[in-house]
Amino acid sequence: MDIRKIETALVFETLKGLKDQGYNMLVDLTAVDNSARGRAPRFEVVYRVASLDLGTGLETKPRVEVRCEVGSDPVLRSARSLWPIADWLEREVWDMFGIPFADRPDIKRLLLYEEFVGHPLRKDYPIAKRQPLMGPREEPEDGVNLNRVRQKVDYE
Amino acid sequence: MGPQHPAMHGVIRLILGLDGERVKSSEVEIGYLHRAFEKHAEAEPWNNVVPYTDRLNYVSPLINGTGYCLAVEKLLGVTIPERGQYLRVVACELSRVTDHLTCVAASAMELGAFTVFLYLIKAREYLYQLVDDLTGARVTTSYCRVGGVKADLPDDFQRKCLAAFAGVREAVRDADRLLTRNRIFMDRVEGTGVLSREDAVAYGITGPFLRSTGVPYDVRRSHPYLVYDRLEFEVPVGSAGDNFDRYLVRLAEIEQSMRIVEQCLRLMPKGSHSLPPMDASEMADLGKQGKTAELVDRTAGTCKTLEGADRNTHDHIRAGGPGAVLPPKEEVYGSIEGLMNHFEQVMWTWGLKVPAGEAYVPVEGGNGELGFHIVSDGKNKPYRVRCRPPCLFIMAALPKMLNGGYVADVVATFGSVNMIAGELDR
Repeated sequence: MDIRKIETALVFETLKGLKDQGYNMLVDLTAVDNSARGRAPRFEVVYRVASLDLGTGLETKPRVEVRCEVGSDPVLRSARSLWPIADWLEREVWDMFGIPFADRPDIKRLLLYEEFVGHPLRKDYPIAKRQPLMGPREEPEDGVNLNRVRQKVDYE
Repeated sequence: MGPQHPAMHGVIRLILGLDGERVKSSEVEIGYLHRAFEKHAEAEPWNNVVPYTDRLNYVSPLINGTGYCLAVEKLLGVTIPERGQYLRVVACELSRVTDHLTCVAASAMELGAFTVFLYLIKAREYLYQLVDDLTGARVTTSYCRVGGVKADLPDDFQRKCLAAFAGVREAVRDADRLLTRNRIFMDRVEGTGVLSREDAVAYGITGPFLRSTGVPYDVRRSHPYLVYDRLEFEVPVGSAGDNFDRYLVRLAEIEQSMRIVEQCLRLMPKGSHSLPPMDASEMADLGKQGKTAELVDRTAGTCKTLEGADRNTHDHIRAGGPGAVLPPKEEVYGSIEGLMNHFEQVMWTWGLKVPAGEAYVPVEGGNGELGFHIVSDGKNKPYRVRCRPPCLFIMAALPKMLNGGYVADVVATFGSVNMIAGELDR
């Protein structure tokens, strides 16, 4: 495995370069919270890419891991334009770690609900913490409200 | 559609924008089965994570445990004995067959073929019996250990296995006759839920799905682990990448997996089952009286859950040396070193310590590349465990397959992509 530690500002260019070299698959995008190990900036984001030959099904080059260190500021650029799967993986990284992406200001959580407070895979999130229970969500006016309580209807 | 809908197995919500019967837009909402696997893994000793992995892809739990243990072993620098490796391959392939059988059965049922469902689930039950014999449980198996597996093959496993395979082959043949040239089935699956191979790769899709589009990518071939490089098997591929191809690829893979298991049973080095066991409580009593000399050559007859963990089989299926694996029961009951070794393994904050570092190991799961990225800081718990769930990548591409099709195709497509919520939401 070829591991490259890259300056945060250069990550997108590096990924784009790799894509142009034939790395057509984003295998994984994840992060590690290093704050419990006393490192700063606290997060390490890992992009793992592979180049797959569509004919033989084998990988033509060794996989590359692109790593960068970020804090809680929106400095990373989204890789959605390179690999569409980055959309969901970035949502998961935001959901679990609270790492924002500069060009995705209204990014949505992937696994948890919007009212959830905090980011659970951060080391300072207590494992036994409880979140308040959520009631039915108000649906927008033009949508169908599936949570509506059944109304009493007078039959003719 | 969903999260609770009779035609969708698993909790997931699809928000479909319709124009009559046509799907104009679709959005996938996941997370209903989120159990914080990755967070829990950080709070438990290394070996305690194994039962959690069973709950990831609960249709093929043995593959998950294998993937996790391989990643930890890579950090430890441990290679398990050859017989143990063969046992893991047998376990993985049995799981893969149950996974594919379930997927084909459930998707056929959702299209109205209830008989096929019954036939294939009956076949799956033969295999669950085998898994039960091997591991002591049908679904929550916890068979793999860091440094080995729980136990060696039970008596008469080979004969039971071949008998079960005959049943599976018959059921698969029946399913094939009922479905493959069936007009009603074909109309629903042919040409629906199509994804091109370029799109599949761009979405990071692997496994039977990617192979159905014609790319023969298989982790067992491109990153061989365990003993897969010594086994003969084919990688079946489709061409169109539609629901029908995914069905065909899965049926073909069932046969290949059974072929692998048969080879393993033939090729695996022998274990030994020679000495008659002595009751473990009797052994403990003798040990307490200090009569350890006569215990050295005896095997401990233990309860059902520990069966096969005695010294005779221990050497063949687990990595040697203290530190990684529990010592064999004879040493625990019969010697003070063994007892101390055992306690050090099971005491809280003691036990297995993995050297600091990072490892990523991919294995071929039921749905594709299942990867475990593990970070250790040298303590007795993982610092971070990342599971790369193959389902997630497929679900992200689901709108691409649904948009432009009919509402009825949603059911066919959703069945054939084999979404497993336990793995998707972790």
